[in-house]
Amino acid sequence: MKALKNLFDSVKPNFEKGGKWEKFYTLYEGHRTIVFAPDLTTKAKGAQIKDATDLKRVMITVVIAMIPALLFGILNIGHQHFLAVGEEATFLDKAIFGLISALPILVVSYGVGLLTEFIFCVVRNHPISEGFLVSGMLIALVMPPHIPLWQVAAATIFAVVIGKEVFGGTGMNILNVALTARAFLYFAYPANISGDQVWTYLGDKMAVDGFSGATALGVAYSASNDGTPVVEALASHNASIGADYSFINMFMGWIPGSIGETSVLMALVGAAILIGTGIGSWKIMLSGFLGTYVMGTIMNLLAVNEYMAMPAHYHLVMGGLAFGIIFMATDPVSAAQTETGKWIYGLLIGVLTVIIRVTNPAYPEGIMLAVLLMNVFAPLIDYYVVKANKTRRLQRATV
Amino acid sequence: MSKIVKLKKGFDIKLEGEAKKELADFTPAQTFAIKPTDFIGLQRPKVLVNVGDTVKAGTPVMFDKAMDQVIYAAPVSGEVVDVKRGEKRKLLEITILADQTISHEDLGKADPKSLDRDALVAKLAAGGVWPQLIQRPYGVVANPEDTPKAIFISGFDTNPLAADYGFMLEGEEKYFQAGIDALGKLTSGKVHLNLNGASAAPSVFANVSNAEINKVSGPHPAGNVGVQIHHIDPINKGDLLWTISPYGVIQIGKLMVEGVYDASKTIAISGSEITNAAYVKTYMGANVSSFVKGNLNSGHVRVISGNVLTGEKISMDGFVGYYHNQITVIPEGDYEEFLGWLMPSTSKLSFHKALGMFSFLNKGKFKVDTNTHGEERPFVVSGVFEKVLPMDILPTYLFKAILAEDFDEMEELGLYEIIEEDVALCEFVDPSKNDLQKLVRSGVELLMYS
Repeated sequence: MKALKNLFDSVKPNFEKGGKWEKFYTLYEGHRTIVFAPDLTTKAKGAQIKDATDLKRVMITVVIAMIPALLFGILNIGHQHFLAVGEEATFLDKAIFGLISALPILVVSYGVGLLTEFIFCVVRNHPISEGFLVSGMLIALVMPPHIPLWQVAAATIFAVVIGKEVFGGTGMNILNVALTARAFLYFAYPANISGDQVWTYLGDKMAVDGFSGATALGVAYSASNDGTPVVEALASHNASIGADYSFINMFMGWIPGSIGETSVLMALVGAAILIGTGIGSWKIMLSGFLGTYVMGTIMNLLAVNEYMAMPAHYHLVMGGLAFGIIFMATDPVSAAQTETGKWIYGLLIGVLTVIIRVTNPAYPEGIMLAVLLMNVFAPLIDYYVVKANKTRRLQRATV
Repeated sequence: MSKIVKLKKGFDIKLEGEAKKELADFTPAQTFAIKPTDFIGLQRPKVLVNVGDTVKAGTPVMFDKAMDQVIYAAPVSGEVVDVKRGEKRKLLEITILADQTISHEDLGKADPKSLDRDALVAKLAAGGVWPQLIQRPYGVVANPEDTPKAIFISGFDTNPLAADYGFMLEGEEKYFQAGIDALGKLTSGKVHLNLNGASAAPSVFANVSNAEINKVSGPHPAGNVGVQIHHIDPINKGDLLWTISPYGVIQIGKLMVEGVYDASKTIAISGSEITNAAYVKTYMGANVSSFVKGNLNSGHVRVISGNVLTGEKISMDGFVGYYHNQITVIPEGDYEEFLGWLMPSTSKLSFHKALGMFSFLNKGKFKVDTNTHGEERPFVVSGVFEKVLPMDILPTYLFKAILAEDFDEMEELGLYEIIEEDVALCEFVDPSKNDLQKLVRSGVELLMYS
């Protein structure tokens, strides 16, 4: 520790005013404050003591909350691969296979993202912000296994620059940064992030007979077109290789999908961490699930096709809904910020997700678009909540 | 009608170093100062004494040219030894070396009930006690030409390590009542005395008449007068309220009953770095060196006039602020900590339950230093301020309105209702480490001088 401190001290003159790397002071400072919490003290006037929690700790808590989903995702990549090619595999085989797939994506999203951030910090001379700690992990977790790495890099750069830095950096963005990355890929390179072929990595091997790589949402949509009850279609899908889309399988996450998105259980573990630590808004999460369920039930009542007739609780475990509501919708910067607004915001995300899923064949994964759409509307929701507060305050005057 | 207010939002900061309820035998302070910087809104202070002059307790030493009927009086008798000025000749301190026995100016006794309002106002303004009256909105010294719609007194202090009013004001019942009687004449409405609903009222407030007694309970900031006003008789645009501390009421009472300006005050010497944390009987503006030097657990400390949320850093030879009942001494936090933001700990105080920070498991008291635990950032985490401000106000939006200097928004979002102390807890819990008290003052000044 002492040696590390000396190292920092010894290079410091180079970064200070007049030093040869003066421009890079913000990078020096950023790295030093990661290793050593800074020696800043409170000002002469005002609060003389400050809470021990800072943004770094807030962000790392979110990262920790995502680790169960990441670990499960890694295992599941291997699991799906060996199922599809019909090979027996041990836990270790699956984990190693998954790691080889997922780790490069994680490394690229963090590496490229942080590099982009650093460039902006140096150019604009503002401090390195810890926001990307979370975004970097999120971007990796919403990617399909084995997406081309250059696409991950391109999406990450797009997300950081267009999704965040043009608005002024962490805390100023309108859209969720990670979803911006995914939406970019969705529209720029749809072949690599949608359809039936990208969610299970086969490598150079052939899939076994009867295997289909369609996601649960895809299965539901096409079953509905054929007039088959969706629950039956899900249960019989891939049943021959023992990977059916039963409710419990979808809840546990043993289905193809983005790296971290498939397991509702792991997302709920993350939710428990976020709610327990007070970092994620339980209001958004609860109202999000509630909105999904309510809209699913309304669809049941209207039921003109089989998809609409699918039991509402299936919506909760299909696709990346749980992950999206728990980790994406609760992003404090792009979500509604008033407490009342959070209820409305979450509810509408749930409602929109079901509508998009059921009625729009082009976008089976409704949660992504629902969150992005509501990101845009969050300030409007807040505007009306704030207006209500002002009105209350004005009415009081006459009393 | 008396009101009962129960607050849920807020946070009690439990710190080590509470003052024992006994008077300690410190060497008495020799010098006393009156600091114009203590009075927010004091615009053009004018000194009335020169170095070498002798004064009595109650002799005018300064006034504000913008409000010239209000005088600021010498707290003790003695010799003026220093008139300290800073940049651009800004007046910083008028220091008086105290006599062994304090003599007072005879200001004349009076019965508040028989004086008419104008005569009473003139007497209070000339008697040196007027600056105890604070006006809301804006939190500045009240203007004698105004008539407030009510006067508020908070009878308890929920700030960390706050002085106990019961002990501090023991035996002053008579003066307190006389002060309340005088205040009743100043307002067109009621005098509200708000007591802690969670514990028995101290004897000084036990048999008060002519005031409306309200009960307020809950965690800090329940004792803040701003929060109490919000729930009992809120301020709307155009309203004017006055607030005063119980000590200020007693000072007014003494002027009435005894005819003197009595600045004697019991203050708490508190904080984790104080060896003998206890109360001391002294006068307003006392030099703290004799209470602090030789009474410290360690060398590298910060001496704060007031409490740790709203107080002000002073030097080891500094003077207690006009409105302060305590000094607090805590360790300086100017050290780097290896992975300090990451390491799990139960000894670091945090309102948040972020992972790796387990202070909520620690039911004891905390030793907190002045480290900021992180650097300044934009607002990211939402809903934090709302959890500690027990008012129907949206603080995040209010702060943003101030940052944008949007006058209409500031007004509509409730800037008339708050001053620095009301957002002190927001400033403490803010993970983005912004200086919110300073921000609120800048907003208040925009409204005030617009």
